[in-house]
Amino acid sequence: MSTSLQRGIASFVGQIDGPIASFFTSCVHCGLCADSCLFYTETQDPKYTPIHKLEPLRRVWQQEYTFWGKLMKKAGLSKPVTDEELAEWEPLVYDSCTLCGRCSLACPVGNDIVYMVRKMREGMVASGHAPEGLKGATQRAIELGSPMGVNINTLRAQIKHAEKETGLTVPMDVEGADYMMVLSSAEVAEYNDIIGAVTRIFHQAGVSWTIASDGFEGTNSGIQIGSSDLAAELVGRIVRAAERLKVKYVISPECGHAYTALRWEGPNLIGRPYPFKVIHIIELLDQLRSEGRLKTDSVDETRMTFHDPCQMVRRGGMVEQPRNLLHMVAPNFVEMSDPGLQNWCCGGGGGVSANERANPLRTRAFNRKKAQLDEIDATTIVSACSNCRTMLLDGLEHNHMPHEVVGLTELIAEHLADDKEGKAP
Amino acid sequence: MDAQELLIWVRGAGLQIAAAVFVLGMSYRMLHLLLIGRKKSLAEARGSEWAGGLRTMWQRSFVLPKLSPRGRFTVVAGYLFHLGFFVTLFFLSQHIALFRAVFGFGWPALPRGVIDIAAVLSLGAMVALLAHRLVDPVKRLLSDYQDYLTWALSFLPLLTGFMLLREIAFEYVTLLTLHIASVELLLIAAPFTKLAHMFSTFISRWYNGAVMGFKGIRT
Repeated sequence: MSTSLQRGIASFVGQIDGPIASFFTSCVHCGLCADSCLFYTETQDPKYTPIHKLEPLRRVWQQEYTFWGKLMKKAGLSKPVTDEELAEWEPLVYDSCTLCGRCSLACPVGNDIVYMVRKMREGMVASGHAPEGLKGATQRAIELGSPMGVNINTLRAQIKHAEKETGLTVPMDVEGADYMMVLSSAEVAEYNDIIGAVTRIFHQAGVSWTIASDGFEGTNSGIQIGSSDLAAELVGRIVRAAERLKVKYVISPECGHAYTALRWEGPNLIGRPYPFKVIHIIELLDQLRSEGRLKTDSVDETRMTFHDPCQMVRRGGMVEQPRNLLHMVAPNFVEMSDPGLQNWCCGGGGGVSANERANPLRTRAFNRKKAQLDEIDATTIVSACSNCRTMLLDGLEHNHMPHEVVGLTELIAEHLADDKEGKAP
Repeated sequence: MDAQELLIWVRGAGLQIAAAVFVLGMSYRMLHLLLIGRKKSLAEARGSEWAGGLRTMWQRSFVLPKLSPRGRFTVVAGYLFHLGFFVTLFFLSQHIALFRAVFGFGWPALPRGVIDIAAVLSLGAMVALLAHRLVDPVKRLLSDYQDYLTWALSFLPLLTGFMLLREIAFEYVTLLTLHIASVELLLIAAPFTKLAHMFSTFISRWYNGAVMGFKGIRT
């Protein structure tokens, strides 16, 4: 057995906890999870059945955690997990799973299948079976500070641009601010209107905020590839910046896995609770709305729909908040089928977008979103995750679909009431 | 040992052994699942683990997402099988008499006609589920020997019970022996096979719901 395989198996054994043991004990092979997975529904290939993607982990559980499994292993009657098998499973664990969590809601015995995939990836990384594209993204995040290679200079240029456009100052490294805004890589690189948008919104609402020059990037490739060590390093940068600036809140950007990493996994990754709270930008905007601090004075008559980002909605619980905000500015808002918790993933979450090998499969999986969009005649898709936005644009382009894609925060900022009427700080 | 003596052993010592294996084995298995435990999250909760966990334990039996035709078949046949199985197990007068003899209390039985319908529906659903397992590409890929073994172990008590009530094919003593023996096999295998899902399902649902509840997600 190779050292890397040994490391992988040891990691699998270490990842198995009460929930995973219960899930494998309970699975009755009913196959209902298949219908909940867009990689199965769009290909009808049984190998994309969610629980099947966990087969190597299941065997390790059986051989290490059950009476008969241990007995069979001792007698040499069980089939050991091999390097070849893990190599074969790599595309199933990475290319055909966006960690969207739809299967976890479908399982009749209650198995949280995506919880297991997330943990299985730890063993895949340890055994050297992670996709090159995702390895590269993670390496860039660790070495350069961002999977897309953006750095503080890129950010400073964008900030200068935003300041010129808004006539307002973007507060950098302000100690004692209430909120510290974190951005996603794609927001710094492509969707940089977000900087001007939050600057104007926070100015109107009178929010005391800042951006940290040493902790502005929230994208967490470590979570996606399944390396807790690297994920901890990436979260740690934000935590250290927030502690240095003594902020009360850290704002998670419109980026699904950044939110999961920062809000739910972060304290466990670094091994201690945070001295600050984490709030998603959409959660904060909805809070400002309910407090009457977020005011809009115009609407967009365009027929708009909302694409629910999985980590924010299904795995993050924010169903109402984006809709409350949309109702302020989009009178012709229309829901797609299966809205909210049951929404279908864009096809590129959980590291799939960083994994070039998965592109053809991802394009096929987008047919699900296409079908959802074809049912309604919306012209604009609003979302609140920069990765979803890129994946939507990509899929729309591929299918020659004319929809426009916008970010929710920018949309709200476009319709902000005249700043003079707002509550200036 | 003649047929009478065999029956006496099967319904006496045999049943006691099987029941003991079931109770001890299942307790060990479930306790093990609970004792493995999990790390407590250091993140700030937005909702209650307990509320989410308990809600999912209950709700997942009734609330299912939109289903495809193959999913609908699995759910309908699956429900029929389980319901039929429980109705015959808990509401046949002979079974209630046995519970009363062991535990000292019982409850009203359902009429034989209802039991017959439940048993036939349950058997039919099981046959349909087995056929589906053999032809559906997803189920075929997922299935291993245990899926067929546990199918047979669940099917036999129902079948022999149904035959016993009508004395089909064999005489009463033989059928009763076969029926009790098939139940014993089921009891002995349950803790060590996927039949353990009869209890572990609720632990799984609790964990799934607790994770969601912690995050304040209303499923």
